[in-house]
Amino acid sequence: MAEPLRTRAPWPLRIYVRLAWTWCRALAQYPASLVLLTVFVSLGALAEMGAVVIVFGHAGELAGFGVAEGLLVYGLSATAFGCADMLMGSVERLGQHIRTGAFDTMLIRPVPPLVLLATDQFTPRRLGKIVPAAAVLVLALVRCDIDWTPARALMLPVLLVSSIALCCAVWTASACIQFVATDARQAANSLTYGGQALTEYPLAVYGREVVRSATFVLPLAFVSWQPALFLLGRPDPTGLPDALRLAPPVAALLMCAVAALCWRAGLRRYRSTGS
Amino acid sequence: MTSSHDDRPIIETLGLSRDFTLREGPLLRRRRRTVSAVRDVTLTVRPGEIVGYLGPNGAGKSSTMKMLTGILTPTAGRVRVAGLEPSRERTRLAARIGVVFGQRTTLWWDLPLRDSLELTRHMYRIPAADHARRLAELTDLLDLGPFLATPVRQLSLGQRMRGDLTAALLHGPELLVLDEPTIGLDVVSKAAIRAFLLRLNAEEGTTILLTTHDLGDVERLCRRVVVIDRGTLAYDGDLAGLRASVPAPRVLVVDLAAPAPPVEVPGGTCVRVEGPRQWLELSDNPAAVIAEITRRHGVADLTLREPDIEHVVAALYRGAVPSAD
Repeated sequence: MAEPLRTRAPWPLRIYVRLAWTWCRALAQYPASLVLLTVFVSLGALAEMGAVVIVFGHAGELAGFGVAEGLLVYGLSATAFGCADMLMGSVERLGQHIRTGAFDTMLIRPVPPLVLLATDQFTPRRLGKIVPAAAVLVLALVRCDIDWTPARALMLPVLLVSSIALCCAVWTASACIQFVATDARQAANSLTYGGQALTEYPLAVYGREVVRSATFVLPLAFVSWQPALFLLGRPDPTGLPDALRLAPPVAALLMCAVAALCWRAGLRRYRSTGS
Repeated sequence: MTSSHDDRPIIETLGLSRDFTLREGPLLRRRRRTVSAVRDVTLTVRPGEIVGYLGPNGAGKSSTMKMLTGILTPTAGRVRVAGLEPSRERTRLAARIGVVFGQRTTLWWDLPLRDSLELTRHMYRIPAADHARRLAELTDLLDLGPFLATPVRQLSLGQRMRGDLTAALLHGPELLVLDEPTIGLDVVSKAAIRAFLLRLNAEEGTTILLTTHDLGDVERLCRRVVVIDRGTLAYDGDLAGLRASVPAPRVLVVDLAAPAPPVEVPGGTCVRVEGPRQWLELSDNPAAVIAEITRRHGVADLTLREPDIEHVVAALYRGAVPSAD
Protein backbone atom coordinates (compact mmCIF):
# COMPACT_ATOMS: atom_id res chain seq x y z
CA MET A 1 0.00 0.00 0.00
CA ALA A 2 2.98 2.24 0.55
CA GLU A 3 3.55 2.25 -3.19
CA PRO A 4 1.11 4.61 -4.85
CA LEU A 5 0.09 4.52 -8.51
CA ARG A 6 3.08 6.66 -9.32
CA THR A 7 5.42 3.68 -9.17
CA ARG A 8 2.94 1.20 -10.59
CA ALA A 9 2.27 2.99 -13.85
CA PRO A 10 5.72 2.81 -15.44
CA TRP A 11 6.41 -0.73 -14.21
CA PRO A 12 6.12 -2.45 -17.63
CA LEU A 13 8.45 0.20 -19.00
CA ARG A 14 10.95 -0.25 -16.17
CA ILE A 15 11.03 -3.99 -16.56
CA TYR A 16 11.25 -3.53 -20.35
CA VAL A 17 14.41 -1.47 -19.96
CA ARG A 18 15.81 -3.93 -17.41
CA LEU A 19 15.22 -6.93 -19.70
CA ALA A 20 16.51 -5.16 -22.80
CA TRP A 21 19.65 -4.18 -20.92
CA THR A 22 20.12 -7.77 -19.80
CA TRP A 23 19.94 -8.99 -23.40
CA CYS A 24 22.46 -6.36 -24.42
CA ARG A 25 24.82 -7.60 -21.72
CA ALA A 26 24.35 -11.16 -22.92
CA LEU A 27 25.17 -10.02 -26.46
CA ALA A 28 28.30 -8.27 -25.25
CA GLN A 29 29.67 -11.79 -24.76
CA TYR A 30 30.14 -11.86 -28.53
CA PRO A 31 31.34 -8.32 -29.36
CA ALA A 32 32.81 -9.07 -32.79
CA SER A 33 29.58 -10.62 -33.97
CA LEU A 34 27.58 -7.68 -32.68
CA VAL A 35 29.79 -5.11 -34.43
CA LEU A 36 29.81 -6.99 -37.74
CA LEU A 37 26.04 -7.48 -37.75
CA THR A 38 25.48 -3.80 -36.94
CA VAL A 39 27.73 -2.82 -39.84
CA PHE A 40 25.87 -5.14 -42.22
CA VAL A 41 22.52 -3.79 -41.08
CA SER A 42 23.70 -0.22 -41.75
CA LEU A 43 24.97 -1.23 -45.19
CA GLY A 44 21.51 -2.63 -45.96
CA ALA A 45 19.91 0.62 -44.80
CA LEU A 46 22.32 2.66 -46.92
CA ALA A 47 21.50 0.56 -49.99
CA GLU A 48 17.78 1.23 -49.50
CA MET A 49 18.48 4.90 -49.17
CA GLY A 50 20.61 4.83 -52.32
CA ALA A 51 17.65 3.32 -54.17
CA VAL A 52 15.48 6.28 -53.12
CA VAL A 53 18.08 8.77 -54.33
CA ILE A 54 18.48 6.94 -57.65
CA VAL A 55 14.73 6.71 -58.26
CA PHE A 56 14.22 10.40 -57.61
CA GLY A 57 17.43 11.29 -59.45
CA HIS A 58 16.12 9.62 -62.60
CA ALA A 59 12.53 10.68 -62.33
CA GLY A 60 13.44 14.18 -61.11
CA GLU A 61 10.07 14.50 -59.50
CA LEU A 62 7.45 11.99 -58.36
CA ALA A 63 3.96 13.31 -57.66
CA GLY A 64 5.48 16.75 -57.14
CA PHE A 65 8.13 15.42 -54.76
CA GLY A 66 11.80 16.04 -55.48
CA VAL A 67 14.83 14.26 -53.98
CA ALA A 68 14.78 16.23 -50.72
CA GLU A 69 11.05 15.67 -50.18
CA GLY A 70 11.43 12.03 -51.17
CA LEU A 71 14.18 11.61 -48.61
CA LEU A 72 11.96 13.26 -46.00
CA VAL A 73 9.31 10.61 -46.60
CA TYR A 74 11.94 7.89 -46.57
CA GLY A 75 13.60 9.27 -43.43
CA LEU A 76 10.32 9.43 -41.52
CA SER A 77 9.39 5.92 -42.59
CA ALA A 78 12.77 4.30 -41.97
CA THR A 79 13.24 6.00 -38.59
CA ALA A 80 9.80 4.95 -37.40
CA PHE A 81 10.12 1.38 -38.63
CA GLY A 82 13.68 1.11 -37.36
CA CYS A 83 12.66 2.22 -33.87
CA ALA A 84 9.61 -0.04 -33.91
CA ASP A 85 11.77 -2.93 -35.07
CA MET A 86 14.16 -2.39 -32.19
CA LEU A 87 11.40 -1.89 -29.60
CA MET A 88 8.85 -4.48 -30.73
CA GLY A 89 10.42 -6.37 -33.64
CA SER A 90 10.97 -9.51 -31.57
CA VAL A 91 7.23 -10.11 -31.41
CA GLU A 92 7.45 -11.59 -34.88
CA ARG A 93 9.08 -14.67 -33.36
CA LEU A 94 5.88 -15.44 -31.45
CA GLY A 95 5.11 -18.53 -33.55
CA GLN A 96 8.57 -19.93 -32.92
CA HIS A 97 8.22 -19.37 -29.18
CA ILE A 98 4.83 -21.07 -29.21
CA ARG A 99 6.22 -24.09 -31.06
CA THR A 100 9.21 -24.52 -28.76
CA GLY A 101 7.15 -23.95 -25.62
CA ALA A 102 9.20 -20.89 -24.69
CA PHE A 103 6.03 -18.81 -24.73
CA ASP A 104 4.70 -20.92 -21.85
CA THR A 105 7.70 -19.90 -19.77
CA MET A 106 6.86 -16.26 -20.50
CA LEU A 107 3.32 -16.77 -19.24
CA ILE A 108 4.42 -17.99 -15.81
CA ARG A 109 6.15 -14.72 -14.98
CA PRO A 110 4.48 -11.83 -13.15
CA VAL A 111 5.47 -9.59 -16.06
CA PRO A 112 3.27 -8.72 -19.05
CA PRO A 113 4.13 -11.43 -21.61
CA LEU A 114 4.22 -8.84 -24.39
CA VAL A 115 7.14 -7.17 -22.61
CA LEU A 116 8.97 -10.48 -22.30
CA LEU A 117 8.28 -11.27 -25.95
CA ALA A 118 9.31 -7.82 -27.19
CA THR A 119 12.56 -7.80 -25.25
CA ASP A 120 13.47 -11.37 -26.15
CA GLN A 121 16.87 -11.23 -27.86
CA PHE A 122 16.78 -7.45 -27.78
CA THR A 123 19.72 -6.26 -29.79
CA PRO A 124 21.33 -2.84 -30.21
CA ARG A 125 22.43 -3.86 -33.70
CA ARG A 126 19.12 -2.46 -34.95
CA LEU A 127 20.64 0.93 -34.23
CA GLY A 128 22.47 0.19 -37.47
CA LYS A 129 19.15 0.86 -39.18
CA ILE A 130 18.01 3.76 -37.03
CA VAL A 131 21.13 5.92 -37.07
CA PRO A 132 21.42 6.25 -40.89
CA ALA A 133 17.64 6.72 -41.16
CA ALA A 134 17.64 9.46 -38.55
CA ALA A 135 20.62 11.11 -40.28
CA VAL A 136 18.70 11.16 -43.56
CA LEU A 137 15.65 12.56 -41.77
CA VAL A 138 17.67 15.40 -40.26
CA LEU A 139 19.30 16.13 -43.60
CA ALA A 140 15.93 16.16 -45.37
CA LEU A 141 14.39 18.41 -42.72
CA VAL A 142 17.22 20.89 -43.35
CA ARG A 143 17.13 20.65 -47.14
CA CYS A 144 13.37 20.76 -47.63
CA ASP A 145 11.65 24.06 -47.88
CA ILE A 146 9.82 23.88 -44.56
CA ASP A 147 8.19 26.90 -42.99
CA TRP A 148 9.18 26.33 -39.36
CA THR A 149 6.26 27.81 -37.49
CA PRO A 150 6.17 27.03 -33.74
CA ALA A 151 3.26 24.65 -34.41
CA ARG A 152 5.34 22.64 -36.90
CA ALA A 153 8.34 22.54 -34.57
CA LEU A 154 6.17 21.34 -31.70
CA MET A 155 4.35 18.84 -33.85
CA LEU A 156 7.54 17.17 -35.12
CA PRO A 157 8.22 15.09 -31.99
CA VAL A 158 4.52 14.28 -31.72
CA LEU A 159 4.52 13.01 -35.29
CA LEU A 160 7.65 10.93 -34.70
CA VAL A 161 6.25 9.32 -31.57
CA SER A 162 2.94 8.63 -33.35
CA SER A 163 4.74 7.04 -36.29
CA ILE A 164 6.80 4.80 -34.02
CA ALA A 165 3.73 3.82 -31.99
CA LEU A 166 1.82 3.09 -35.18
CA CYS A 167 4.60 0.84 -36.46
CA CYS A 168 4.88 -0.94 -33.09
CA ALA A 169 1.14 -1.57 -33.22
CA VAL A 170 1.36 -2.94 -36.76
CA TRP A 171 4.18 -5.28 -35.67
CA THR A 172 2.20 -6.49 -32.69
CA ALA A 173 -1.13 -6.89 -34.45
CA SER A 174 0.39 -8.81 -37.33
CA ALA A 175 2.35 -11.04 -34.94
CA CYS A 176 -0.97 -12.01 -33.36
CA ILE A 177 -1.82 -13.89 -36.56
CA GLN A 178 0.66 -16.45 -35.24
CA PHE A 179 -1.63 -17.27 -32.32
CA VAL A 180 -3.92 -18.79 -34.95
CA ALA A 181 -1.28 -20.13 -37.34
CA THR A 182 2.12 -20.52 -35.71
CA ASP A 183 3.90 -20.65 -39.07
CA ALA A 184 2.41 -17.39 -40.33
CA ARG A 185 5.54 -15.32 -39.78
CA GLN A 186 5.83 -14.67 -43.52
CA ALA A 187 2.24 -13.44 -43.65
CA ALA A 188 3.03 -11.09 -40.78
CA ASN A 189 6.16 -9.92 -42.57
CA SER A 190 4.12 -8.95 -45.63
CA LEU A 191 2.37 -6.43 -43.39
CA THR A 192 5.43 -5.25 -41.48
CA TYR A 193 8.24 -5.19 -44.02
CA GLY A 194 5.75 -4.81 -46.88
CA GLY A 195 4.22 -1.90 -45.04
CA GLN A 196 7.62 -0.36 -44.58
CA ALA A 197 8.36 -0.58 -48.31
CA LEU A 198 5.02 1.10 -48.98
CA THR A 199 5.72 4.02 -46.67
CA GLU A 200 9.23 4.70 -47.98
CA TYR A 201 7.89 6.51 -51.06
CA PRO A 202 5.34 9.32 -51.34
CA LEU A 203 1.98 7.59 -51.24
CA ALA A 204 0.80 9.57 -54.25
CA VAL A 205 2.91 7.37 -56.54
CA TYR A 206 0.58 4.46 -55.80
CA GLY A 207 -2.92 3.85 -57.10
CA ARG A 208 -6.05 5.29 -55.58
CA GLU A 209 -7.09 2.03 -53.89
CA VAL A 210 -3.69 1.66 -52.26
CA VAL A 211 -3.89 5.21 -50.93
CA ARG A 212 -7.39 4.71 -49.57
CA SER A 213 -6.63 1.39 -47.89
CA ALA A 214 -3.36 2.69 -46.46
CA THR A 215 -5.32 5.59 -44.99
CA PHE A 216 -8.48 3.95 -43.74
CA VAL A 217 -7.79 0.22 -43.42
CA LEU A 218 -4.19 -0.29 -42.31
CA PRO A 219 -3.31 3.33 -41.54
CA LEU A 220 0.26 3.28 -42.82
CA ALA A 221 -0.30 6.62 -44.56
CA PHE A 222 0.12 8.22 -41.14
CA VAL A 223 3.64 6.85 -40.68
CA SER A 224 5.37 9.05 -43.25
CA TRP A 225 3.04 10.38 -45.92
CA GLN A 226 0.65 12.52 -43.92
CA PRO A 227 3.41 13.77 -41.56
CA ALA A 228 5.45 14.79 -44.63
CA LEU A 229 2.47 16.67 -46.06
CA PHE A 230 2.03 18.42 -42.73
CA LEU A 231 5.67 19.44 -42.48
CA LEU A 232 5.83 20.61 -46.10
CA GLY A 233 2.44 22.34 -45.84
CA ARG A 234 1.31 21.02 -49.21
CA PRO A 235 -2.15 20.13 -50.45
CA ASP A 236 -2.72 16.39 -50.68
CA PRO A 237 -2.16 15.40 -54.34
CA THR A 238 -4.36 12.33 -53.87
CA GLY A 239 -7.35 14.54 -53.13
CA LEU A 240 -8.03 13.41 -49.56
CA PRO A 241 -8.98 16.08 -47.00
CA ASP A 242 -6.04 18.13 -45.67
CA ALA A 243 -7.30 17.68 -42.09
CA LEU A 244 -6.06 14.08 -42.18
CA ARG A 245 -2.50 15.27 -41.68
CA LEU A 246 -3.37 16.24 -38.13
CA ALA A 247 -4.63 12.73 -37.47
CA PRO A 248 -1.40 10.67 -36.98
CA PRO A 249 -1.74 10.64 -33.16
CA VAL A 250 -5.35 9.51 -33.52
CA ALA A 251 -4.41 6.82 -36.03
CA ALA A 252 -1.62 5.67 -33.72
CA LEU A 253 -3.95 5.43 -30.73
CA LEU A 254 -6.55 3.54 -32.75
CA MET A 255 -3.98 1.12 -34.11
CA CYS A 256 -2.55 0.56 -30.62
CA ALA A 257 -6.07 -0.22 -29.39
CA VAL A 258 -6.55 -2.70 -32.24
CA ALA A 259 -3.19 -4.32 -31.46
CA ALA A 260 -4.09 -4.57 -27.76
CA LEU A 261 -7.40 -6.22 -28.62
CA CYS A 262 -5.69 -8.68 -30.99
CA TRP A 263 -3.11 -9.51 -28.32
CA ARG A 264 -5.73 -10.10 -25.63
CA ALA A 265 -7.89 -12.18 -27.94
CA GLY A 266 -4.82 -14.17 -28.96
CA LEU A 267 -3.82 -14.85 -25.36
CA ARG A 268 -7.34 -15.99 -24.55
CA ARG A 269 -7.44 -18.49 -27.35
CA TYR A 270 -3.83 -19.58 -26.89
CA ARG A 271 -3.60 -23.36 -27.01
CA SER A 272 0.01 -23.97 -26.06
CA THR A 273 1.82 -27.05 -27.42
CA GLY A 274 1.38 -30.72 -26.79
CA SER A 275 4.04 -31.24 -24.16
CA MET B 1 7.80 -16.79 3.21
CA THR B 2 5.92 -19.63 4.83
CA SER B 3 2.47 -20.25 3.50
CA SER B 4 -0.55 -19.91 5.71
CA HIS B 5 -1.55 -23.17 7.27
CA ASP B 6 -5.27 -22.67 7.18
CA ASP B 7 -7.42 -25.37 5.76
CA ARG B 8 -8.44 -23.59 2.59
CA PRO B 9 -7.32 -25.65 -0.39
CA ILE B 10 -4.46 -24.19 -2.38
CA ILE B 11 -5.67 -25.94 -5.52
CA GLU B 12 -9.32 -26.58 -6.14
CA THR B 13 -10.84 -27.73 -9.40
CA LEU B 14 -14.40 -28.74 -10.11
CA GLY B 15 -15.32 -30.51 -13.33
CA LEU B 16 -12.27 -28.99 -15.01
CA SER B 17 -12.26 -29.72 -18.74
CA ARG B 18 -10.35 -28.63 -21.79
CA ASP B 19 -11.21 -29.42 -25.39
CA PHE B 20 -9.08 -28.82 -28.44
CA THR B 21 -10.52 -28.39 -31.89
CA LEU B 22 -8.43 -29.99 -34.56
CA ARG B 23 -8.79 -29.22 -38.24
CA GLU B 24 -8.01 -32.16 -40.42
CA GLY B 25 -7.88 -33.12 -44.04
CA PRO B 26 -7.21 -31.10 -47.17
CA LEU B 27 -7.94 -27.40 -47.18
CA LEU B 28 -11.27 -27.53 -48.97
CA ARG B 29 -12.78 -30.51 -47.23
CA ARG B 30 -11.38 -29.68 -43.85
CA ARG B 31 -13.23 -31.29 -41.00
CA ARG B 32 -13.29 -30.16 -37.44
CA ARG B 33 -12.83 -32.69 -34.71
CA THR B 34 -13.03 -31.97 -31.03
CA VAL B 35 -10.64 -33.80 -28.74
CA SER B 36 -11.01 -33.51 -25.02
CA ALA B 37 -7.59 -33.38 -23.37
CA VAL B 38 -8.93 -33.02 -19.84
CA ARG B 39 -12.39 -34.17 -18.84
CA ASP B 40 -14.22 -33.40 -15.67
CA VAL B 41 -11.22 -33.33 -13.32
CA THR B 42 -12.15 -32.56 -9.74
CA LEU B 43 -9.17 -32.22 -7.46
CA THR B 44 -8.42 -30.60 -4.14
CA VAL B 45 -4.91 -30.03 -2.82
CA ARG B 46 -4.39 -28.64 0.67
CA PRO B 47 -1.48 -26.47 1.76
CA GLY B 48 1.60 -28.50 2.63
CA GLU B 49 0.83 -31.52 0.48
CA ILE B 50 3.22 -33.09 -2.01
CA VAL B 51 1.20 -34.52 -4.86
CA GLY B 52 2.53 -36.57 -7.75
CA TYR B 53 0.50 -36.11 -10.90
CA LEU B 54 1.07 -39.15 -13.08
CA GLY B 55 -0.13 -40.43 -16.37
CA PRO B 56 1.13 -41.57 -19.74
CA ASN B 57 2.18 -39.06 -22.39
CA GLY B 58 -0.84 -37.34 -23.83
CA ALA B 59 -3.06 -38.20 -20.86
CA GLY B 60 -3.73 -34.56 -20.02
CA LYS B 61 -1.05 -33.93 -17.37
CA SER B 62 0.44 -30.92 -19.06
CA SER B 63 -2.92 -29.50 -20.04
CA THR B 64 -4.01 -29.67 -16.40
CA MET B 65 -0.78 -28.04 -15.25
CA LYS B 66 -1.24 -25.29 -17.82
CA MET B 67 -4.76 -24.61 -16.64
CA LEU B 68 -3.56 -24.47 -13.04
CA THR B 69 -0.88 -21.94 -13.93
CA GLY B 70 -3.16 -19.87 -16.16
CA ILE B 71 -1.40 -20.65 -19.44
CA LEU B 72 -4.51 -22.36 -20.83
CA THR B 73 -8.09 -21.26 -20.38
CA PRO B 74 -10.41 -24.13 -19.38
CA THR B 75 -13.27 -25.02 -21.71
CA ALA B 76 -15.52 -25.91 -18.79
CA GLY B 77 -15.38 -26.24 -15.03
CA ARG B 78 -13.94 -24.18 -12.22
CA VAL B 79 -10.38 -23.79 -11.08
CA ARG B 80 -8.92 -21.84 -8.19
CA VAL B 81 -5.27 -21.71 -7.26
CA ALA B 82 -4.23 -19.80 -4.14
CA GLY B 83 -7.70 -18.30 -4.20
CA LEU B 84 -7.25 -16.86 -7.70
CA GLU B 85 -8.71 -17.76 -11.06
CA PRO B 86 -5.56 -18.63 -13.02
CA SER B 87 -6.44 -17.64 -16.58
CA ARG B 88 -7.94 -14.31 -15.54
CA GLU B 89 -5.47 -13.41 -12.82
CA ARG B 90 -2.45 -15.09 -14.32
CA THR B 91 0.02 -12.35 -13.55
CA ARG B 92 -1.08 -12.03 -9.93
CA LEU B 93 -0.97 -15.80 -9.55
CA ALA B 94 2.50 -15.93 -11.09
CA ALA B 95 3.80 -13.81 -8.23
CA ARG B 96 2.53 -16.38 -5.72
CA ILE B 97 3.54 -19.67 -7.31
CA GLY B 98 6.76 -21.07 -8.71
CA VAL B 99 6.85 -23.12 -11.90
CA VAL B 100 9.71 -25.20 -13.26
CA PHE B 101 9.61 -26.98 -16.58
CA GLY B 102 12.24 -29.74 -16.45
CA GLN B 103 12.78 -29.62 -20.19
CA ARG B 104 13.29 -25.91 -20.67
CA THR B 105 15.16 -23.35 -18.72
CA THR B 106 13.97 -19.88 -17.83
CA LEU B 107 17.51 -18.70 -17.20
CA TRP B 108 19.48 -16.43 -19.50
CA TRP B 109 21.72 -18.62 -21.58
CA ASP B 110 24.66 -16.24 -21.93
CA LEU B 111 24.58 -14.66 -18.50
CA PRO B 112 26.14 -15.89 -15.28
CA LEU B 113 23.59 -17.65 -13.09
CA ARG B 114 23.83 -14.85 -10.53
CA ASP B 115 22.70 -12.27 -13.13
CA SER B 116 19.74 -14.38 -14.18
CA LEU B 117 18.67 -14.63 -10.57
CA GLU B 118 19.12 -10.89 -10.13
CA LEU B 119 16.79 -10.37 -13.09
CA THR B 120 14.29 -12.68 -11.45
CA ARG B 121 14.40 -10.41 -8.43
CA HIS B 122 13.30 -7.49 -10.61
CA MET B 123 10.59 -9.47 -12.36
CA TYR B 124 9.08 -10.54 -9.05
CA ARG B 125 9.82 -7.17 -7.45
CA ILE B 126 11.53 -8.71 -4.46
CA PRO B 127 13.13 -6.18 -2.07
CA ALA B 128 16.93 -6.35 -2.35
CA ALA B 129 17.45 -7.36 1.29
CA ASP B 130 14.90 -10.22 1.07
CA HIS B 131 16.48 -11.36 -2.16
CA ALA B 132 19.97 -11.43 -0.68
CA ARG B 133 18.83 -13.42 2.35
CA ARG B 134 16.78 -15.87 0.30
CA LEU B 135 19.53 -16.32 -2.26
CA ALA B 136 22.03 -17.04 0.51
CA GLU B 137 19.68 -19.68 1.95
CA LEU B 138 19.09 -21.34 -1.42
CA THR B 139 22.76 -21.12 -2.36
CA ASP B 140 23.52 -23.00 0.81
CA LEU B 141 20.78 -25.61 0.41
CA LEU B 142 21.31 -26.27 -3.29
CA ASP B 143 25.07 -25.75 -3.20
CA LEU B 144 25.05 -23.12 -5.92
CA GLY B 145 28.23 -21.45 -4.70
CA PRO B 146 30.67 -23.08 -7.13
CA PHE B 147 28.77 -22.01 -10.25
CA LEU B 148 26.95 -18.77 -9.41
CA ALA B 149 29.41 -16.88 -11.61
CA THR B 150 29.30 -19.39 -14.50
CA PRO B 151 27.31 -18.56 -17.63
CA VAL B 152 24.22 -20.74 -17.77
CA ARG B 153 25.22 -22.29 -21.09
CA GLN B 154 28.24 -23.87 -19.37
CA LEU B 155 26.27 -25.46 -16.54
CA SER B 156 25.58 -29.17 -16.38
CA LEU B 157 21.96 -30.26 -16.53
CA GLY B 158 21.89 -30.88 -12.79
CA GLN B 159 23.39 -27.48 -12.01
CA ARG B 160 20.96 -25.77 -14.35
CA MET B 161 18.05 -27.54 -12.72
CA ARG B 162 19.21 -26.27 -9.33
CA GLY B 163 19.46 -22.81 -10.87
CA ASP B 164 15.94 -23.05 -12.27
CA LEU B 165 14.62 -24.22 -8.91
CA THR B 166 16.27 -21.26 -7.23
CA ALA B 167 14.75 -18.88 -9.78
CA ALA B 168 11.32 -20.35 -9.08
CA LEU B 169 11.71 -20.10 -5.31
CA LEU B 170 13.32 -16.72 -4.72
CA HIS B 171 9.96 -15.03 -4.24
CA GLY B 172 8.91 -17.62 -1.66
CA PRO B 173 5.92 -19.13 -3.48
CA GLU B 174 3.17 -20.96 -1.60
CA LEU B 175 2.92 -23.53 -4.36
CA LEU B 176 5.66 -25.06 -6.46
CA VAL B 177 4.59 -26.67 -9.73
CA LEU B 178 7.22 -28.94 -11.26
CA ASP B 179 6.97 -30.53 -14.68
CA GLU B 180 9.36 -33.50 -14.74
CA PRO B 181 11.94 -31.91 -12.45
CA THR B 182 14.44 -34.78 -12.54
CA ILE B 183 14.29 -35.66 -16.22
CA GLY B 184 17.72 -36.47 -17.59
CA LEU B 185 19.53 -36.03 -14.26
CA ASP B 186 22.10 -38.42 -12.80
CA VAL B 187 21.46 -40.29 -9.57
CA VAL B 188 23.36 -37.85 -7.37
CA SER B 189 21.58 -34.80 -8.78
CA LYS B 190 18.22 -36.50 -8.48
CA ALA B 191 18.87 -37.35 -4.86
CA ALA B 192 19.98 -33.80 -4.11
CA ILE B 193 16.87 -32.31 -5.66
CA ARG B 194 14.52 -34.73 -3.94
CA ALA B 195 16.11 -34.05 -0.57
CA PHE B 196 15.83 -30.34 -1.18
CA LEU B 197 12.15 -30.55 -2.11
CA LEU B 198 11.36 -32.58 1.00
CA ARG B 199 13.13 -30.05 3.16
CA LEU B 200 11.37 -27.14 1.46
CA ASN B 201 8.04 -28.81 2.08
CA ALA B 202 8.82 -29.66 5.69
CA GLU B 203 10.39 -26.37 6.73
CA GLU B 204 8.40 -23.83 4.77
CA GLY B 205 5.22 -25.76 4.17
CA THR B 206 5.47 -25.17 0.44
CA THR B 207 2.89 -27.21 -1.41
CA ILE B 208 4.42 -29.18 -4.26
CA LEU B 209 2.66 -30.55 -7.32
CA LEU B 210 4.86 -32.48 -9.70
CA THR B 211 4.50 -34.54 -12.84
CA THR B 212 7.08 -37.23 -13.36
CA HIS B 213 7.78 -40.53 -15.03
CA ASP B 214 10.33 -41.40 -12.38
CA LEU B 215 9.23 -43.92 -9.77
CA GLY B 216 12.02 -42.75 -7.49
CA ASP B 217 10.54 -39.24 -7.42
CA VAL B 218 7.13 -40.62 -6.55
CA GLU B 219 8.35 -43.01 -3.88
CA ARG B 220 10.64 -40.55 -2.23
CA LEU B 221 8.45 -37.47 -2.42
CA CYS B 222 4.79 -38.10 -2.90
CA ARG B 223 2.51 -39.00 -0.07
CA ARG B 224 -0.32 -38.66 -2.51
CA VAL B 225 -0.58 -39.75 -6.10
CA VAL B 226 -3.09 -38.64 -8.68
CA VAL B 227 -3.25 -40.58 -11.92
CA ILE B 228 -4.85 -39.13 -15.01
CA ASP B 229 -5.64 -41.21 -18.05
CA ARG B 230 -7.22 -40.11 -21.29
CA GLY B 231 -8.21 -36.86 -19.63
CA THR B 232 -10.03 -38.27 -16.62
CA LEU B 233 -8.84 -39.02 -13.10
CA ALA B 234 -8.09 -42.71 -12.73
CA TYR B 235 -6.72 -42.75 -9.19
CA ASP B 236 -6.34 -40.39 -6.27
CA GLY B 237 -4.75 -41.77 -3.11
CA ASP B 238 -1.44 -42.90 -1.64
CA LEU B 239 1.25 -44.86 -3.45
CA ALA B 240 0.76 -48.09 -1.50
CA GLY B 241 -2.92 -48.04 -2.40
CA LEU B 242 -2.03 -47.57 -6.03
CA ARG B 243 0.40 -50.52 -5.94
CA ALA B 244 -2.05 -52.73 -4.11
CA SER B 245 -4.83 -51.91 -6.50
CA VAL B 246 -2.92 -53.08 -9.53
CA PRO B 247 -1.68 -56.61 -10.08
CA ALA B 248 1.74 -55.57 -11.33
CA PRO B 249 4.14 -58.38 -10.45
CA ARG B 250 7.65 -57.89 -9.17
CA VAL B 251 10.33 -59.29 -11.43
CA LEU B 252 13.30 -61.38 -10.36
CA VAL B 253 16.31 -61.12 -12.64
CA VAL B 254 18.53 -64.19 -12.30
CA ASP B 255 22.04 -64.56 -13.70
CA LEU B 256 22.68 -68.29 -13.85
CA ALA B 257 26.17 -69.72 -13.82
CA ALA B 258 25.54 -71.12 -17.31
CA PRO B 259 22.81 -70.75 -19.95
CA ALA B 260 19.88 -73.01 -19.21
CA PRO B 261 16.35 -73.67 -20.45
CA PRO B 262 13.66 -71.48 -18.85
CA VAL B 263 13.57 -72.03 -15.10
CA GLU B 264 10.38 -73.54 -13.75
CA VAL B 265 9.71 -72.83 -10.08
CA PRO B 266 6.47 -72.51 -8.14
CA GLY B 267 5.54 -68.85 -7.65
CA GLY B 268 7.62 -67.61 -10.60
CA THR B 269 7.00 -67.54 -14.33
CA CYS B 270 9.88 -67.13 -16.73
CA VAL B 271 9.05 -64.35 -19.14
CA ARG B 272 12.35 -63.76 -20.90
CA VAL B 273 15.65 -65.54 -21.44
CA GLU B 274 18.86 -63.93 -22.69
CA GLY B 275 21.87 -66.26 -22.47
CA PRO B 276 22.45 -67.04 -18.79
CA ARG B 277 20.11 -64.23 -17.70
CA GLN B 278 16.42 -64.93 -17.05
CA TRP B 279 13.47 -62.75 -16.01
CA LEU B 280 10.82 -64.26 -13.73
CA GLU B 281 7.53 -62.64 -12.87
CA LEU B 282 6.74 -63.36 -9.22
CA SER B 283 3.31 -64.22 -7.99
CA ASP B 284 4.54 -65.35 -4.59
CA ASN B 285 6.95 -64.52 -1.79
CA PRO B 286 10.31 -63.81 -3.46
CA ALA B 287 12.27 -65.48 -0.65
CA ALA B 288 10.74 -68.87 -1.40
CA VAL B 289 11.35 -68.52 -5.13
CA ILE B 290 14.95 -67.42 -4.61
CA ALA B 291 15.58 -70.33 -2.26
CA GLU B 292 14.16 -72.77 -4.79
CA ILE B 293 16.21 -71.39 -7.67
CA THR B 294 19.48 -71.35 -5.75
CA ARG B 295 18.78 -74.94 -4.67
CA ARG B 296 18.32 -76.12 -8.25
CA HIS B 297 20.76 -73.98 -10.21
CA GLY B 298 24.14 -72.34 -9.87
CA VAL B 299 23.30 -68.67 -9.48
CA ALA B 300 25.83 -65.91 -10.16
CA ASP B 301 23.62 -62.93 -9.31
CA LEU B 302 20.06 -61.97 -8.37
CA THR B 303 18.13 -58.70 -8.63
CA LEU B 304 14.61 -58.06 -7.48
CA ARG B 305 12.81 -55.36 -9.42
CA GLU B 306 9.81 -53.52 -8.11
CA PRO B 307 7.12 -52.89 -10.70
CA ASP B 308 7.87 -49.46 -12.06
CA ILE B 309 5.26 -46.82 -11.91
CA GLU B 310 4.80 -46.98 -15.66
CA HIS B 311 3.59 -50.57 -15.35
CA VAL B 312 1.30 -49.78 -12.47
CA VAL B 313 -0.12 -46.84 -14.32
CA ALA B 314 -0.39 -48.81 -17.55
CA ALA B 315 -2.28 -51.56 -15.78
CA LEU B 316 -4.47 -48.95 -14.18
CA TYR B 317 -5.57 -47.40 -17.41
CA ARG B 318 -6.16 -50.70 -19.06
CA GLY B 319 -9.12 -50.54 -16.74
CA ALA B 320 -7.91 -53.18 -14.29
CA VAL B 321 -9.14 -51.44 -11.15
CA PRO B 322 -11.83 -49.08 -10.05
CA SER B 323 -10.75 -45.72 -8.71
CA ALA B 324 -9.80 -45.98 -5.05
CA ASP B 325 -10.88 -42.58 -3.84
